[in-house]
Amino acid sequence: MVVEKSILAVITTQKEQVAGGAPIFICESQKELDFFSANLEAILDGIAHRLSDEVYIIVKH
Amino acid sequence: MGIDSYINAILFGVIAGTLARLITLRSDYRQYPTYLHGRIIHLSLGFIAASLGALAIPALLELEFTAVTFLTIAATQFRDVRNMERNTLTELDQYELVSRGSTYIEGIAVSFEGRNYLVMFTAFLTTLAYVTWGWFPSLVVGVLSIVAALSFMSGSTLKDIVEIEESEISFDGAGLYVDNIYIMNIGLEERQEEIAKYGIGFILKPKNLNVIPTISNLGQRQAILHDVSVTLGIFKDSGTPALTPLIKRDLDDGRLGVFILPLIRDVELAKKVIGSVPVLENAIRMPKEAKFIKGGKK
Repeated sequence: MVVEKSILAVITTQKEQVAGGAPIFICESQKELDFFSANLEAILDGIAHRLSDEVYIIVKH
Repeated sequence: MGIDSYINAILFGVIAGTLARLITLRSDYRQYPTYLHGRIIHLSLGFIAASLGALAIPALLELEFTAVTFLTIAATQFRDVRNMERNTLTELDQYELVSRGSTYIEGIAVSFEGRNYLVMFTAFLTTLAYVTWGWFPSLVVGVLSIVAALSFMSGSTLKDIVEIEESEISFDGAGLYVDNIYIMNIGLEERQEEIAKYGIGFILKPKNLNVIPTISNLGQRQAILHDVSVTLGIFKDSGTPALTPLIKRDLDDGRLGVFILPLIRDVELAKKVIGSVPVLENAIRMPKEAKFIKGGKK
């Protein structure tokens, strides 16, 4: 089976909401969250998707 | 009849055939085949096809029946043309910002093979006319065959099967929508602003039931995106997958929501471009032609 999509990173301001295999980045503020997501999107060539206002994931499509 | 007397007949056939290839070889906005070497390859192959077609008649008239078997070699040869085109285009497709997709590539490859057969028939008929009736009828048959070849060439385009309307693009939270059709999730505000600024949405409404499976074909959708981004430019670079033009489907009624990011932001032009995307042979389905629906014959 070929896995087409995978979560490369999880960025959040609420650390109790997330856990698991992908690297997790915990941020202090909403501003930092946006900044981290934008940077990681550019570095990893993935897309930053918003699951909720507090949790972003970077997905490789 | 001696061989000398066939020379004119063969010459007529070869010229008519090669002319047919020259006319059916179009490097339009797709720039394929590429100038100049790609064209030379296909003109040479067209010349070979024309020669084979033209030689068949004298061979038959001289009762050299075994000579006709070389037509089978021709068939193999042209199948190789198709393979060659498919392989080249598939290799190149990896480096396109918006890929063509295999369905489009297969369509192009098939038409290269098909056109060589048309060239062969043109040469065959022209030579036959020359041997039977003389040079003038042969000229007429040659012209008619070229016209016939041209008519085989032109398939239908998207504007024949769908109505194209511009539509608002909007965000509901992180979700990007064209009309009510969900396209994708864009997390970053910055990206959302770019998309709102550069993106244009269109709705493609199928004109009848037969059309729905055709336009929902993923290859046909990719062909639309490729043609639009080649013609109007694209606001995208490698490493920005969030800026990807996409087409999604309304499951209720088979409409398509087209989301594109053109550099030339001209809605009317974009409509024209979408309208002139070829309907791919391999995507066409005709559910209404099903015998068990029409009744009658089995």
